[in-house]
Amino acid sequence: MGAAHPKTLLDKIWEAHEIAPGLLYIDLHLVHEVTSPQAFEELRLGGRRVRRPDRTLATADHNVPTDGTPLAKRIRDELSREQVEMLERNCREFGIPLYSLGSEHQGIVHVIGPERGVTQPGMTIVCGDSHTATHGAFGALAFGVGTSEVAHVLATQCLVQTKPRSMRIRYEGELGFGVTAKDLILATIGKMGVAGAAGHVVEYAGRAIDALSMEGRMTICNMTIEGGGRAGMIAPDETTFAWLDGRAAAPSVIPEEWSLRSEPDARFDRELVIDAHAVSPMVTWGTTPAMVVPVTASVPQPKSSQEERALTYMDLEPGTPVQEIALDRVFIGSCTNSRIGDLRAAARMLDGRRVADGVYAMVVPGSQSVKAQAEREGLDEIFKRAGFDWRSAGCSMCLGMNPDVASPGERVASTSNRNFEGRQGRGARSHLVSPEMAAAAAIAGHFVDIRQRDT
Amino acid sequence: MKALKIVAGRVSVLDRDDVDTDQIIPKQFLKRIERTGFGQFLFFDWAREPGWELAQNPILVAGRNFGCGSSREHAAWALQDYGFEAIIAPSFADIFRSNCTKIGILPVVLDEAQCRAVAQAGEAEVDLDGQVVRWPGGAARFEIDPDVKHRLIHGLDDIALTLSHEDAIAAYERDRERRGPVTTAP
Repeated sequence: MGAAHPKTLLDKIWEAHEIAPGLLYIDLHLVHEVTSPQAFEELRLGGRRVRRPDRTLATADHNVPTDGTPLAKRIRDELSREQVEMLERNCREFGIPLYSLGSEHQGIVHVIGPERGVTQPGMTIVCGDSHTATHGAFGALAFGVGTSEVAHVLATQCLVQTKPRSMRIRYEGELGFGVTAKDLILATIGKMGVAGAAGHVVEYAGRAIDALSMEGRMTICNMTIEGGGRAGMIAPDETTFAWLDGRAAAPSVIPEEWSLRSEPDARFDRELVIDAHAVSPMVTWGTTPAMVVPVTASVPQPKSSQEERALTYMDLEPGTPVQEIALDRVFIGSCTNSRIGDLRAAARMLDGRRVADGVYAMVVPGSQSVKAQAEREGLDEIFKRAGFDWRSAGCSMCLGMNPDVASPGERVASTSNRNFEGRQGRGARSHLVSPEMAAAAAIAGHFVDIRQRDT
Repeated sequence: MKALKIVAGRVSVLDRDDVDTDQIIPKQFLKRIERTGFGQFLFFDWAREPGWELAQNPILVAGRNFGCGSSREHAAWALQDYGFEAIIAPSFADIFRSNCTKIGILPVVLDEAQCRAVAQAGEAEVDLDGQVVRWPGGAARFEIDPDVKHRLIHGLDDIALTLSHEDAIAAYERDRERRGPVTTAP
């Protein structure tokens, strides 16, 4: 018999959870108000219960106002109120723990999982949200699923899933000054395209990844879906363990099984190598996250009818320097960039200066805990003094389901993950950037190369 | 789920790549708690642009990476409610494709030339059992996961199928399930 095939991180987690061919056991199911009502209804119609409420956690995030509304029943928008109240009723009926509006732990589902310590290495995690890949930053296998699958996992704690192919993106060199995890993943998507990782689980590796904070790693894994990947993951290490230490659901002693990584000779179905050192602060110019250029570049000539359409929608002329693009709004928030590290980094760029005239800038912390932590550190005062609107937790203007939307034609620098047409408001024009770049742009009123600032 | 063997009829064409689910069904309609009635909101913003035309037919031919972005199953519900039973494209986004098969829409991958031929023919027959698309002047075979095919052809309920593995699930929970974390503790 030959030597066993060296295994990838994906292989190991998959094998530990496969019950039958193509049937995976799910360790954690995260639930929110938008993709779950029809799933709970399906359970009721089928006379089914939730198999593992103790492996399920719910929060209200997509729809909630960020103006400090303290309770679901006070939400002014009738449909939003009904949806959040329905989540509350469903969680009560099926016995699922819930952080609803008013809870000190309420927040974006992909922020609170790690924050509470229920996201841990080696787990399988699903949620009815494409950005579930975020949790892969902890060495978990985390998928976004649809509502039918939400019902399926509620009822069975299993997911029917063909094993995806494996892909490794290895970064050579280290990130330069002023270049963040957001820039690294935007540059990666720009290189491989929005379907570049379709059908694959991506493992991110290399020195640039090792050097990232957990916040940065979450930003990277979060946007895997924007490159078409099924999930993103990073092998757990000391950074991971230190971050989890002391979290509510984390164990007091690091379990041995957390030390989980791809074996050195493991074969991936695809490999991509990217020079991290060559990456600059990035700004998207179009209507997919792959339409992205360095801040030092100009809006490119369109190479397809899709790009022509994008330029028309964005109202941009090819050849315009990115740093001459003037902004109406700045949004710092979303499951991509709303954690305490993101807010600290953005606040550092403000340095006593004011948001430019004519720019409306808002900060939406990812969770009420992040908000409280930021307030303990005085970050709220820094943002407010600079003229930012300091909000409560939620998905907010990342997708604009709540009242936080941009108006038609408004141009937004956003730390979120999608610049699709109409995503942040009908006719709104979104440019994706890092929190540092967003903060600096708010001050200047246009994009600036944060490496060239005189501070 | 309704059993699906053959989808035949006129073809609608959406010749755009990377169509995301935000376009298929914009966020304002995600506040609804029903599963039906989304068809009227399909491509809500694009449908207001001059020159837009998308007839209500059983078959849609779409561009590359159709259904990328948000996992919202509402996109698949809207397409189904509008009348589409099969979608033919050079490639699909993973979550969207899965969502389609869960509700009884058949996603069919053909190469770009074949997609163009079906679009030009204006009508087609998608035979799931035979795994073939036929159109006036041509035919092409397509691949599909055998389990997905079985479920679609028989209109089987995924949850009931999985619960037939109850012994295996219970044994896993008894012998192999990881110790924590539980969500009820913190």
